[in-house]
Amino acid sequence: MKPDALQAPHSTGELFGAFTRLALQGFGGVLAVAQRELVERLRWMSQEEFVELLSISQVMPGPNIINLALIFGDRHFGWRGSLAAVAGLLAVPLAIVLVLAALYAHYSAVPQVAGALRGMGAVAAGLVLSTAFRLAGTLRRNAMGLGVCSAIVAATALAIGWLRWPLVWVVLGLGALGYALAWRVLSTQQAQPR
Amino acid sequence: MSDGFFGTHGLGWLDLMQLTGHFALLSLLAVGGAITSASDMQRYLVGERGWIDALQFNASVAIAQAAPGPNILFVALLGWSVAGPLGLLATMAGIMVPSSVLTLVVSRYGRTRQDTLPVRAFSVGLAPLTIGLLLATGWVLAQPSRGHWGAMLLVPVTIVFMLRTARSPLWMIALGAVVGALGYA
Repeated sequence: MKPDALQAPHSTGELFGAFTRLALQGFGGVLAVAQRELVERLRWMSQEEFVELLSISQVMPGPNIINLALIFGDRHFGWRGSLAAVAGLLAVPLAIVLVLAALYAHYSAVPQVAGALRGMGAVAAGLVLSTAFRLAGTLRRNAMGLGVCSAIVAATALAIGWLRWPLVWVVLGLGALGYALAWRVLSTQQAQPR
Repeated sequence: MSDGFFGTHGLGWLDLMQLTGHFALLSLLAVGGAITSASDMQRYLVGERGWIDALQFNASVAIAQAAPGPNILFVALLGWSVAGPLGLLATMAGIMVPSSVLTLVVSRYGRTRQDTLPVRAFSVGLAPLTIGLLLATGWVLAQPSRGHWGAMLLVPVTIVFMLRTARSPLWMIALGAVVGALGYA
């Protein structure tokens, strides 16, 4: 794609509409839809820019898609753009989710509804676990090595899932350990390139 | 004021502020998305405070995943089931504002510094932590399935479906709903 073929949103309203549209298409994962809409259909950014935004979004805390919307909106219209993009992602889906929750609250005594929710809850657990397994593949290329990574994964999962320790201590403790180890490995690599 | 739909639903204002504060803390810790901190939300809301039970917690996550839009909306539903509209404001403001402000500041500052050591050490060093948090969240969400053989079977089936096919997760959510409605979950 030629860079001069790129378009840009004309107003915060257009930004709001575009993010509403992509949020409503995203069941279970808005990121894939965001790539198709923003890069391929609207041509508001190049593939390279999308990857760049995504990698910042993944490093920062908070949901990746929300971070991506924040940064993209900011680059076009400043903080008003950020607000418009995130509001687009959240407003209409929030209304839908609240209606569903109200329906659930009204009918939760019906055994079929309670059963359906239990079944969906089990699927939700499977979805989260499958994401973990898919991402675990990237650890093979991690500079710290698979052994160190596996140890941190296991320690984190045990401390949070089994022992139910508060997240803050686990992230600060194991996160600092991972950061220090990665820093050491990367700076050695930088000093002596193989 | 403490009664009624728009009231605090039996919580004190201090409780609401603590709710916002806890989610604000999680906001800054949730590298990899809010779902990584869901197990800690469960520990806090269900275990420590007892404001909702484990089934209500799972229902919020399941409804948000079955609906279109970002999955972070489960946080809105959690707040809603704790204290109605005010609870929703408390949890959403808490989980959104700190990470959003930080992201904007850092993205403006670090736009040209992506290949520097501090930034790279961050993404390399925190990757295994993120995956460990996801495993913990999956484990916690699977707990109410114990003893229900249909639900226990749905967990591995979902994993295989997601890893082996390119189909939308909506199919599995629909299957889970049908299996559950028929009384097998």
